[in-house]
Amino acid sequence: MNISTPLNEAAVRKLKVGDAVEITGVVFTGRDAVHKYLAKGGELPAGVSLTGGIIYHCGPVVIKDDAGNWKVTAAGPTTSIREEPYQGDIIKKFGVRAVIGKGGMADRTLAACREAGAVYLHAIGGAAQVLAEHITKVRNVYFLEKFGSPEAIWELDVVNFPAVVTMDANGNSLHTEVFERSQAELAKRL
Amino acid sequence: MNTWQDSIVELIRRTSAEIPDDVQRAILAALEREKKGTIAASAMKIIEHNIALAKQKSQPICQDTGSVLFYVDCPAGFDQIAFTEAARAAVKAATQKGYLRQNSVDSLTGKNDGTNLGPGAPTLHFHQHKDAGVTVRLMLKGGGCENVGAQYSLPDEGIKADRDLAGCRKAILDAVLQAQGKGCGPGVLGVCIGGDRATGYEFSKTQLLRRLDDRNPVQELDKLEQDILNTANELGIGPMGFGGKTTLLGVKITTANRVPASYFVSISYMCWAYRRQGARFDATGKILDWLY
Repeated sequence: MNISTPLNEAAVRKLKVGDAVEITGVVFTGRDAVHKYLAKGGELPAGVSLTGGIIYHCGPVVIKDDAGNWKVTAAGPTTSIREEPYQGDIIKKFGVRAVIGKGGMADRTLAACREAGAVYLHAIGGAAQVLAEHITKVRNVYFLEKFGSPEAIWELDVVNFPAVVTMDANGNSLHTEVFERSQAELAKRL
Repeated sequence: MNTWQDSIVELIRRTSAEIPDDVQRAILAALEREKKGTIAASAMKIIEHNIALAKQKSQPICQDTGSVLFYVDCPAGFDQIAFTEAARAAVKAATQKGYLRQNSVDSLTGKNDGTNLGPGAPTLHFHQHKDAGVTVRLMLKGGGCENVGAQYSLPDEGIKADRDLAGCRKAILDAVLQAQGKGCGPGVLGVCIGGDRATGYEFSKTQLLRRLDDRNPVQELDKLEQDILNTANELGIGPMGFGGKTTLLGVKITTANRVPASYFVSISYMCWAYRRQGARFDATGKILDWLY
């Protein structure tokens, strides 16, 4: 199904674990440095609003083309669990409706998704070229000097960006299900 | 060393943009195995498409172009200092061309100067051999899969693992369970039983230089490799941890002697975006042929 930014709470709450989605609109990249900074009280840079917005755990490869425009040449998700200490608070504080990443997140983020009405969207890790094809434009970049290119906030236009809902706003997590099932299967084989 | 530099840039480009044939075959087989219409199958389809697109565009398969690890086999008298300089210049040039992301951070200051050069970046392992030629292998190992690597010290009461092959099996399978999809599965395990903490991990990584379709010449290890592979694929973790039939594409295990007091099992996980390539070079640095 297609979802577009800005996301509203009612639409997000209808999403269920296992739903394949295609995202169109604006996403902001943010990873380790940005999450730590925001969780410790840092302000969003002027011009950035995450209300109804999407944070993408991604450190893209971005180059300047001959005309001096930024171009994203590779942009898959990075492992999300590193942001677990910060993500829940950031979702609630800034009104984030969706987080895109890989590998899933844990209880605090799941609780924040339920409380605030947000979802975790799993993109295919490593699929940097396929996903870069769905990024049509670099709108802006923030904190480039402060955090370096992979850790900066890149504001990106995306069209039909593919992902799967693996943590929904109803307290369900595919990651918990798969872990528990695989743990039980392993126990039979030891 | 200009020829060397140019050749190493080409080695980096090819490693970053083109998956080796042995890995691609394993990925295609995994795609066939997954049940049509599942999110696991659609993940494998995106992976397959990504591999083709990266090659066609000569762009990184994955944006995390990883730790840059060179393994150089060279004759006695080979100028390792000059090679190191050429490799560093090549890494810097490959970064400017976008084959490598600006991926190297000063651990003290947090600064990323955009060159991919610094202490341990890149890492070069030199090994002398009797042959007159030079062989260079390159691995680009991303952080997601590196982070799910694990080292167990046996006995390990938590997983009831003793100091024997059955204990090693428990440790390796526990690492698979803990990794779930976080290392971008389906992945490949490189394992070393024994060694000290550093050599254990080092040997586990060099196992990832083996071709996926080779077999371990040591019978007990070959048996353990097949057993881990089959068992892991019965756990239902699947591509990206979405659930599914393919959790691992391969398992490669070696041993190193240990001191009586230590018994480490070191596990390195390589993601499906298996960036590993190598070439044989002539004395001037010209590429003769590719290894994988």
